[in-house]
Amino acid sequence: MSCKRIYGMATRDAYGKTLVELGKENPDIVALDADLSKSTKSAFFAKEFKDRFFNMGIAEANMVSTAAGLAACGKVPFASSFASFLMCKAFDQLRMSVANPHLNVKVVGSHGGISIGEDGASQMAVEDVALACSLPGFVVLVPADEVATKALVRLAAQHVGPVYIRTGRPKAPIVYQAGAHFEIGKANILREGIDITVIANGLLIQEAIEAACICSEKGIDVRVIDMHTVKPVDVNVIVQSAQTTGAIVTAEEHLLSGGLGAAVSQIVAEHYPVPMEFIGLRDTYAESGTYEGLFRKYGLTAGHIVGKIEEALKRK
Amino acid sequence: MKGHFQIKQMDINKLTEMARTIRRDVIEMTTAAGSGHPGGSLSAVDVVTVLYFKVMRHNPKDPGWVDRDRFVLSKGHAAPALYSALARSGYFPPEQLLTLRKMGSPLQGHPEMKRLQGIEASTGSLGQGLSIAAGMALAGKLDKKDYRVYVMIGDGESEEGQIWEAAMSSAYYKLDNLTAIMDYNSQQLDGWIKDIMDIEPVVDKWKGFGWHVIEIDGHNFHQIIKAIDEAMVTQGRPTMIIAKTVKGKGVSFMENNVEFHGMAPTREQMEVALKELVNVL
Ligand SMILES: Cc1ncc(C[n+]2csc(CCOP(=O)(O)OP(=O)(O)O)c2C)c(N)n1
Repeated sequence: MSCKRIYGMATRDAYGKTLVELGKENPDIVALDADLSKSTKSAFFAKEFKDRFFNMGIAEANMVSTAAGLAACGKVPFASSFASFLMCKAFDQLRMSVANPHLNVKVVGSHGGISIGEDGASQMAVEDVALACSLPGFVVLVPADEVATKALVRLAAQHVGPVYIRTGRPKAPIVYQAGAHFEIGKANILREGIDITVIANGLLIQEAIEAACICSEKGIDVRVIDMHTVKPVDVNVIVQSAQTTGAIVTAEEHLLSGGLGAAVSQIVAEHYPVPMEFIGLRDTYAESGTYEGLFRKYGLTAGHIVGKIEEALKRK
Repeated sequence: MKGHFQIKQMDINKLTEMARTIRRDVIEMTTAAGSGHPGGSLSAVDVVTVLYFKVMRHNPKDPGWVDRDRFVLSKGHAAPALYSALARSGYFPPEQLLTLRKMGSPLQGHPEMKRLQGIEASTGSLGQGLSIAAGMALAGKLDKKDYRVYVMIGDGESEEGQIWEAAMSSAYYKLDNLTAIMDYNSQQLDGWIKDIMDIEPVVDKWKGFGWHVIEIDGHNFHQIIKAIDEAMVTQGRPTMIIAKTVKGKGVSFMENNVEFHGMAPTREQMEVALKELVNVL
C-alpha cells in the first residue's frame, strides 16, 4: 500500500494461479467455464487438470446447474465466466440450483466493473455484486489485488456454501504485502484516521488510498478500509468507524444500487447514522474507453473521492 | 446385460397397485392442500413408480448413501407424485403426505432438497433439472462410481433453452450413466403443446443432439422397464426415453383436461376420483 501506484498482477491471473494450487491440494476441486477460460484464467487449471475441467461452451445457465449437480455429489466446483454473463444469464440457476439448496458452488465472475475498458458496456458487469448479494446464503468477495485474491480464493474453497468472487481484467495496483491476513466477513483497516472513513473494495482501494494521501496534505486524517467481503458485511468495523470518525464515504466499481455503498449505508442507518457520500456508477452503463479515462468520466478516481470526503465533512 | 430386469407378472401387478396408491395419494394431497398440480403428477406416476419400486438402488434408511441412484424431478410441479413415492418407499410416514404445501411442512409446493431427505435437487423453475442431473452424472464418472442418474423433464419444459444446452453437454461428455425421461403428455399450462410451441419432431431433435432415443407408452410397465434396461446397456451416450402419457391419467374427468394442470380437485371430485382408483388386486 502506498500513495504512489505500483501495478501488480491482475486479480483474474491471481485467481487462475490459486485455483491450480488448490487443485493440487484437493482432488475434489473441479472447474467449469463457458468458453472464456483464456480470459477468466481457469485455463491454467484446465491445462494442469484436464480431467477435472469442463468447458461447457457458451451456455452459462447449463454451466451453473451442472456445477450444482457436481456439488450435490461432493465436488467443489469453481464455475467462471465474465461476471456480466455469469450473473445475468445464469441468475435463475444461481437462485434455484445453487442458493436455494445452499450448495457448495464457487462462482467466479471475471471482468468485473468498467475497468475492462475498450470492450464496452455489454461486457462490463456493473450489477454483479448486487445480484450476488441478493442470493440468500451467498458470500460475496471483491478482492483488490494479487495477495488479496490468493487469500480470498483459498478461503472461498474452505468455506462450505456458495460464494461469488469478482475478479478484474487489468493489472491491479498492489495494496497488500505477502502474508497479509484475511478473513471472510472481516474488513481490513489499511490506514488509520480520525476525521472520516473511506470504505472501498476492488480497484477503488488504490483510489481511496491516494485520496487519503491527498487529504493528509490538506490536514484531513482519513481512515481507509478494504471491505473485500460485501456479504456478510463487517458490521463491527462499520459501526466503529461511524462512531469514531463521524462520516463515511464508500467507493465501488459498480452501480450504487445494491452494492457496497448500499450494504454499508444500511448498517449505518440501522446502528449509528452519520453523514455518508457514495462513489459508484449513478444509474448508468459505461462505454468503451481506457480504464483511466473511464474512471475519470464516471467519477471513480482519487480526486472524486476527495471531493466526496469534503462534502461529507461539511455535513458532519 | 440386456434383460437385466426380470419382468414377472407378479411384479407388474405390484407396480400397478403401487401406481394406483400413488395416484390416490396425489388426489388426496392436492385436495387437502387446496392447490397443486394433479394433471402433470398423474401422468408421471407410472414412470416414477418403476424408478422407485423396481429400478433404482436406493435406501430410505440411508438417504445420503453415496452410491445410490439419483432421481431429479426437473418438472418440479409434479412434486406430489415424488413425495408419495418417497413416503411409500419408507423415507417418511405416509400420514405426512397430507401436510403438502402447509406452513412448516417439508413437503413444499415444489421439491426442496434441504427440507426433505430423498429429494436430490431443488426444482420448480423449469429447465434446470437436466443440467443438475448431468452434473451428478459427471461426478459419478469422475469418482468412477456406478450409480445412475435419472431425470424427468416435461414436454412443455422442453421449450426452455437450457434443456438443449444440457442436451448438448451431456452428449459431449458421453454421460451414459444419465437417463432422461420426457413425460410427453402433450399439454402444458396454457393448453396443448402443438397450439402453444410445438416441440416436434422431438425424437429427431434428441437424436440430432447425439442421444440414444427410445419411444414408449409411459403407462406400460413392461415398456418402461425395458426402456430403462436398454438405457443401462447403452454406452457412450445418454438416453432419452420419450414416454407418451396422458395428463391426468387414471381419473376420467382429469384425463387430457388442461384445467387440472394447476387446480386441485374439490372434495366431491376427490370422492369420485378415489372410487375410480380402487386397488382391485
Ligand atoms: C421457468 C418457469 N416458467 C414457468 C413456470 C410455470 N409453469 C409451471 S408448470 C408449467 C407448464 C409445464 O408444462 P410441462 O413441462 O409440459 O409439464 P406437465 O404438462 O407435464 O405438467 C409452467 C409454465 C415455471 N414453473 N418455471
